[in-house]
Amino acid sequence: MEIIIPLIIVTFVSVGLIKKVKIFEAFLEGAKEGLYTLFLIAPTMIALITAVTMLKASTATDLLSDFISPVAEKLGFPAEIVPAALLRPISGSGSTALLLSVFESEGPDSFAGKVMSVMAGSTETTLYAIAMYYGAAGIKKARHTLASGLCADFTAVVFSVLTTRLFSY
Amino acid sequence: MMNYIWAILIFISFVFAILTNNISALSNAVLEGANEACELLLSIIGVMCFWSGMMEIAKRAKITDALAKLFSPLLTKLFPNVEKNSPAMHYISLNVSANLLGLGNAATPFGINAMKELQKTNEHKDTASDSQLLFVVLNTASVQLFPTTLCAYRSRYGSTEPFSILPSVWITSAAALIVGITVAKIFCIRKQRASPLKSPIPQKQKQMG
Repeated sequence: MEIIIPLIIVTFVSVGLIKKVKIFEAFLEGAKEGLYTLFLIAPTMIALITAVTMLKASTATDLLSDFISPVAEKLGFPAEIVPAALLRPISGSGSTALLLSVFESEGPDSFAGKVMSVMAGSTETTLYAIAMYYGAAGIKKARHTLASGLCADFTAVVFSVLTTRLFSY
Repeated sequence: MMNYIWAILIFISFVFAILTNNISALSNAVLEGANEACELLLSIIGVMCFWSGMMEIAKRAKITDALAKLFSPLLTKLFPNVEKNSPAMHYISLNVSANLLGLGNAATPFGINAMKELQKTNEHKDTASDSQLLFVVLNTASVQLFPTTLCAYRSRYGSTEPFSILPSVWITSAAALIVGITVAKIFCIRKQRASPLKSPIPQKQKQMG
């Protein structure tokens, strides 16, 4: 898999040269735009990440997951995945930290480790994606984006447990 | 929208921190969170600029045209309001290809450009258009064929089969994507029915070249 990135770069550069594109100039111009984009999304990210870090520190998410865990366990969901499922849509770093701590304590090939891997691989941090893309375009009303994104996230939680069960046998 | 989400996050934090006597942790979290955000932004500057530069080369060498052609049977169905050969469609194709390859950091600049292009034909500048909404939902349910970072973590923590989860990841992200898109589309249709006068008229983007 390591070959993919170098291969893409070499392809882009060679096709550019063949088509007589001034590749270095084009690269610099694009990179400058990338820097500007980052500048554009920085305030949004700072606002949101700070608020989410506050939420985690307030232990509100822990209390909620303590509340949900017994119910989830009755339905066949391992209790360890509940906090991760709650954090996944709102905090990228938070859910990665949880994933790695489960890898550490139970191993990546344990049931919980596999379920959390699948969950991490099949969803994005919904809140960041919404804030970043709409922030860059200057959109204030996101309509039902969050609702649709959260439905997708919930589906991902259910399917990560179901598929891991299925492939474990 | 963001106003409410942000306010709710802050209010809940405050109330729970008071109830659980965690107020000093909360006040530390303000500094920590702001720092963490800056670290994240700093850590993506390089990748972001690099892939934006590569994207410009791809655009001028017309590689994006070829990609757009490749994905157009699927993407024209998903985005009926976006013209086939428009810049917006080119960026959407780049974003989808980068996501499929597991290049999340490259997908972001492509996606942001796609949003900016879609914004040019958006009638109500402060409100997300159907195409923009669908595009963001598409990105929240990241469809990856090779989640490279994840597999790297798995093997670093001693997994004997770091790639064994891939079939589950594919099924799960496909299911999440289908649900996300279906919910988004249903809401879009209902809104148009509810207020036929206000419904955005499908606008076609200007053909390129």
